[in-house]
Amino acid sequence: MQSTISVEDHLTKIYALWLREFKVFMREKSRLVASTFTPILWLFVIGSGLGAANPSTAPGVEYQLFIFPGIVAMSIIFSSVFFGSYIIWDRKFDFLKSVMVAPVSRGSVFVGKTLGGMTTSLIQAAILLAIGAAIGIPFTPLSLVQVVATILLMSFGLTSLGLALGSYMYSLEGFQMIVSFVVFPLFFLSGALFPLDNLPGWLGILTAADPATYGVDALRHAMLGVGSNSIGFDGAVLVGYTAALGAFGIFSFKRMKAV
Amino acid sequence: MIKIRNLVKKYGNLTAVDNLTLDINENEVFGLLGSNGAGKTTTIHMLATLLRPTSGSATVNGYDIVSQSAKVRASIGIVFQAPSSDDMLTGYENLQLHSMLYSVPRHARRQRIDEVLELVGLTDRKHDQVKTYSGGMRRRLEIARGLLHKPKVMFLDEPTLGLDPASRETMWKYVKRLVEEEKVTIILTTHYMEEADMLCDRVGIIDKGRIVALDTPTGLKAGLGGDIIRIKTKTPNAGKMVAQLDFVHKVEQSDGFLVLSVKDAKKALPMLLQHVEAESAEFASPTLNDVFIQITGRNIKEQAEGGFMERYAKYD
Repeated sequence: MQSTISVEDHLTKIYALWLREFKVFMREKSRLVASTFTPILWLFVIGSGLGAANPSTAPGVEYQLFIFPGIVAMSIIFSSVFFGSYIIWDRKFDFLKSVMVAPVSRGSVFVGKTLGGMTTSLIQAAILLAIGAAIGIPFTPLSLVQVVATILLMSFGLTSLGLALGSYMYSLEGFQMIVSFVVFPLFFLSGALFPLDNLPGWLGILTAADPATYGVDALRHAMLGVGSNSIGFDGAVLVGYTAALGAFGIFSFKRMKAV
Repeated sequence: MIKIRNLVKKYGNLTAVDNLTLDINENEVFGLLGSNGAGKTTTIHMLATLLRPTSGSATVNGYDIVSQSAKVRASIGIVFQAPSSDDMLTGYENLQLHSMLYSVPRHARRQRIDEVLELVGLTDRKHDQVKTYSGGMRRRLEIARGLLHKPKVMFLDEPTLGLDPASRETMWKYVKRLVEEEKVTIILTTHYMEEADMLCDRVGIIDKGRIVALDTPTGLKAGLGGDIIRIKTKTPNAGKMVAQLDFVHKVEQSDGFLVLSVKDAKKALPMLLQHVEAESAEFASPTLNDVFIQITGRNIKEQAEGGFMERYAKYD
């Protein structure tokens, strides 16, 4: 009995923290508009432009459709890792201090915040998926399940990464560095814009180390039926990365200084 | 209620809190008075388990601040120097969030939130976003938040810092009401003398991380030995002459004035004027500021008006 009360108590606290993220997100509409616009721009400008220049990138698939899974992954990478900057905002406005002085475990603080970040990534992804259906991605019930599972794993892992990195930083300017050294490499090395077969050796090694690679590949399998690895392998690697990044996040929050 | 024993906090070579030992009683309003950097906030942060002491120990409400930090956190409320509510949320939503974080039972939440809103006079603004609140309203919301779970101990860290005089007086009114209605032990830090004088049952003057004086405000002022008379006179050797009068305890020269310590200025002044011819004369009863100067040798400087204050100044 004692333990059920305590589980419920933890869940209430996590819910409270998630609800706050959700409400803030819903009130900042500009955030949603801005972060959805960029992927759409990529999809139509790069998708149509490069597609016209080099139509043979992905045999049998139009280039715009070929990069669509990559653009969904891009939206998740950017919004999830960027979400880490909100922990710095929370610290700046002392909101974080007010949470840390409450009887809430650091693990719950981390999970609540991560779920909040995932929610924003998922809303953006949902908008993109609707656009995908409109431009001719053939969704089936099975492929949708695979797509949603992949998106959940990616956004959990990458939000954890962003929050973990944010927990070590005290300035938003410092977090800009994360963009250059984490977000762009994650995106460019993921194979979002090019197929992974026939890459030069050094690039092959880097792409293989990028967790987003497996997300892009899994999405491409599910949406277009093409890919470099098997979808099972992609899924297994993603689960492994997500678990490791989640553990890194909890570890980072536990050692984060309160003041 | 709070027992502090030899508490020390060092940052490298800097000792922020230096071997602090102090007991705070149940249901008292205790003031930690000191200038900026004296160690007030560091002390509060240690008692609230946000900082680990370098050495020494303390218990809050019977719980050890290091080994039982979760229990300490559940039994205290705290208002930080800077408002810490989420200003995208409404006042009500902020309180709802914290009532969940503090495990206020679901069925009691709404009623308790309404109670604390009423107590701090924010009922009619509860559905407005906090970003539309004034500085004083934000502080009051923080107090309401700190009270949600009926804590035994409430920490108020510089509750009126950066507020204009009118908001400050409103804040005092609410703190007094809090003492009457909620029966909590309050520890407040301040560098405003009037604030300590007005609100506190006992005051500890803290300087360079040490408690240098500890008494009721009345007791501290009485310790100075009575009133102060300042006269300006052209009588030659007036200083030496008045020093020989038996009702004058002490004489100092300051800016062309003679400053005399006497037991009761109202009786002493007419007698004094029989001996010296004064161009001007004034007297004052000691304030906590005089006590502070006497003990630390410095005036309490309101030097905090730096970056942090400017950030919040616009809210007033």
